Amino acid sequence: MEPILSARDVSFAYDNYEEKQLPPIVLEGVSLDVRPGEFVAVLGHNGSGKSTLAKHFNAILLPTSGTVFVDGIDTKEEDRLYDIRQTAGMVFQNPDNQLVATIVEEDVAFALENLGVPPEEIRRRVDESLKAVGMYEYREHSPHQLSGGQKQRVAIAGIIAMRPKCIVLDEPTAMLDPQGRREVLRTIRELGNQFGITVVLITHYMDEAAQCDRVVVMDNGKIILDGVPRAVFSHVEQLKNVGLDVPQVTELAWLLLQDGYCLPDDIIFEEECVQAIEKLLEERHVSH
Amino acid sequence: MLKDITIGQYFPGKSVLHRLDPRMKILLTVGYIIMLFSVSNPLGLCVGILFLVFAYAISGIPPRMITKSLKPVIPIIIFTTVLNMFFVKGDPLFDWWIFHISRQGLLTAVVMTIRIICLIAGTSLLTYTTSPITLTDGLERLMKPLKKVHFPVHELSMMMTIALRFIPTLIEETDKIMNAQKARGADLESGGIMQRAKALVPILIPLFVSAFRRADELALAMECRCYRGDVGRTRMKQLHYSWQDGVAAALTAACIAVVVMVNIFAPVVF
Amino acid sequence: MSVIKTEHLTHTYSQGTSYEQAAVSDVTLEIEPGEMIGVIGHTGSGKSTLIQHFNGLLRPTSGKILVDGEDIWENPKEIRRIRFKVGLVFQYPEYQLFEDTVYKDIAFGPKNMGLSEEEIDRRVKEAALFVGLKPHHMEKSPFELSGGQKRRVAIAGVIAMNPEVLILDEPTAGLDPKGRDQILGQILEYHREQKNTILLVSHSMEDVAKYTEKVLVMNHSRVAMFDQVEKVFSHSREIEAMGLAVPQVSRVFLSLSERGWPVPSNVYTVEQAKTALEKILGQGGGANA
Repeated sequence: MEPILSARDVSFAYDNYEEKQLPPIVLEGVSLDVRPGEFVAVLGHNGSGKSTLAKHFNAILLPTSGTVFVDGIDTKEEDRLYDIRQTAGMVFQNPDNQLVATIVEEDVAFALENLGVPPEEIRRRVDESLKAVGMYEYREHSPHQLSGGQKQRVAIAGIIAMRPKCIVLDEPTAMLDPQGRREVLRTIRELGNQFGITVVLITHYMDEAAQCDRVVVMDNGKIILDGVPRAVFSHVEQLKNVGLDVPQVTELAWLLLQDGYCLPDDIIFEEECVQAIEKLLEERHVSH
Repeated sequence: MLKDITIGQYFPGKSVLHRLDPRMKILLTVGYIIMLFSVSNPLGLCVGILFLVFAYAISGIPPRMITKSLKPVIPIIIFTTVLNMFFVKGDPLFDWWIFHISRQGLLTAVVMTIRIICLIAGTSLLTYTTSPITLTDGLERLMKPLKKVHFPVHELSMMMTIALRFIPTLIEETDKIMNAQKARGADLESGGIMQRAKALVPILIPLFVSAFRRADELALAMECRCYRGDVGRTRMKQLHYSWQDGVAAALTAACIAVVVMVNIFAPVVF
Repeated sequence: MSVIKTEHLTHTYSQGTSYEQAAVSDVTLEIEPGEMIGVIGHTGSGKSTLIQHFNGLLRPTSGKILVDGEDIWENPKEIRRIRFKVGLVFQYPEYQLFEDTVYKDIAFGPKNMGLSEEEIDRRVKEAALFVGLKPHHMEKSPFELSGGQKRRVAIAGVIAMNPEVLILDEPTAGLDPKGRDQILGQILEYHREQKNTILLVSHSMEDVAKYTEKVLVMNHSRVAMFDQVEKVFSHSREIEAMGLAVPQVSRVFLSLSERGWPVPSNVYTVEQAKTALEKILGQGGGANA
């Protein structure tokens, strides 16, 4: 299948990096294909280049060298800018700074109004999107009455109202409390499952990445690991070296493995860990 | 606390006035103001007052709100009253030292006071029954013809909307920054004017820095949602005039007609 | 003597109106000098309101709060003095920076205390050292620094006031794991050297488990638990019922013990889990480790 997002040997540097005190090279030779329907997490510490990569998928930034294709469109084609932004919607970190209107439903309608969609069609899609993120009852509230997680869900509704094929979320949970993070993550997963939208989730939370189909790890502007969560998280040492966490259960299994105990090296969920330990305990004839 | 402040003076409700089209309400308010200032006879002025009383009665806005809206303009009312009373020449009523009050002066003062009160109460009724965002919307659509002469109608209304959206956010932020600086021992409550002004620096700078950052991020988010000014833009909510708007227009027109008739046929008093 | 003590502390927002809402109700607790305490609770549990009482930013609607045995609201004009004793670092403190150099910003608090120039200089440098800021950072504008560095400048600004009690409201919010470990490590180091009291408000049970000795759990505007870390985490199920997440390893050990395995119930870090498991496995037959 044709990839929906495709970065080919992308490098990026800011022109005036010296005066802005930025590193000279932010992305270096990044190649990444995201297939339709995939749920991909891009993991990396602050400054690893993950957000910069995300901004390339929406033509906010253009590569210094290399090419980015969004559904087959080269992001350098200026006259297709609005096609690109409709195909790959973008959600940002700060929930407050991306809501424009004073009423929830008006905000969700914003993109559609910009695109010149007829009023009845806007109404239909706004209601549909608000229901999809579970914010329909709040349609007449004003954004400042909502919690961070709710605001972020409204922002997501505003993007999916455009009916994008793909949605790129740049650390959407970084500023939320655990409750808000759970809400938003549940919403994001449903987007993939129910609507078949391709999801790229930029994050530094490993527990969020563990729930994705595929994890891409970035460091110093390069992709260093790419695979299913199990495969990626088994590189415990490498992840720790680039300043990332692994799930506690993965680390525990890894530590035990180091000490010569025999258990799987690809544990990422709690239940698996419990079972593996039970098996160990049984083998060693520890009594119940 | 700062965040308890409500923005605008909107008084949510379900009266006929609340449901009228904002464009109609703005037009009617303008019509009413013109009428107020063209009145030249006590009878006409009474019609104007009655019209306002009637409008307040059906709006469900408590009458104490009229006094509330008048409070900030009391100095202006007193100033015009005094000015008119002492400086309009005519038949002397009262003479002492440098103070001369004429019959005409007194009359003009009374009429002006009534006019200003009606003007404020009338426009307040508009803001009491119309939410700021609906008002902005109505204004944008009414001023649409001005686009032809390159007046930035859409841009102004977008600015209004964003301001309304971010005022509560920035108020909350101010609260937070004040607390943070107080925790660092900033003294915001005592000292003279200069000291107090200086004490505001640690609050205003972070507030501006943050406002600019927000503006930057918002602009990016708007671009990502395909914003490109009002080129080819549609609106989800359409405004439609209903029969109620027709009735309101007819009533106001009738009222204006009565005043015009009174002006023509009754003696001109002021 | 306890450094902070509250007696039936209650704070009600919008009292007397229909919006009346108790944010903190009837909190009575004592904090001893030198303790490192984690404060947890979901958003709206009252923890933020509570900590703002400790340095007199909020005034209780009823009840008392004593710092060093002294009722802080006995003389409201002296409240600034309390703020120098109890330092509070807010969430996202980098947004409070305003001076044109890092040095001046850190010096803002000490200057407000009316200290001498030499004393201010000594404290600014000491505070900068604690949070790992280098001398070449000091003359830079705080707005040129990275997010993590800005936050450290803001924390240094409060540390420089040398408070007896330092309260940090989610000092690691929005930071990546590396930045988080750095800042928490520096705070722990500061605590060990200065022996002062620290309250760390956090959403992360892992961090609370790893860095603090005692935990204060707030729920529905009341104190739900206030005890040693291992005692609090042995009530994992109750904590989960409050909508809070306990560390993953705690849940694993809880599951194991619920299935009848003889594992301890007070495990909350990966290291502890490993040690505890190896001990049990060693007791079984045929260990090869």
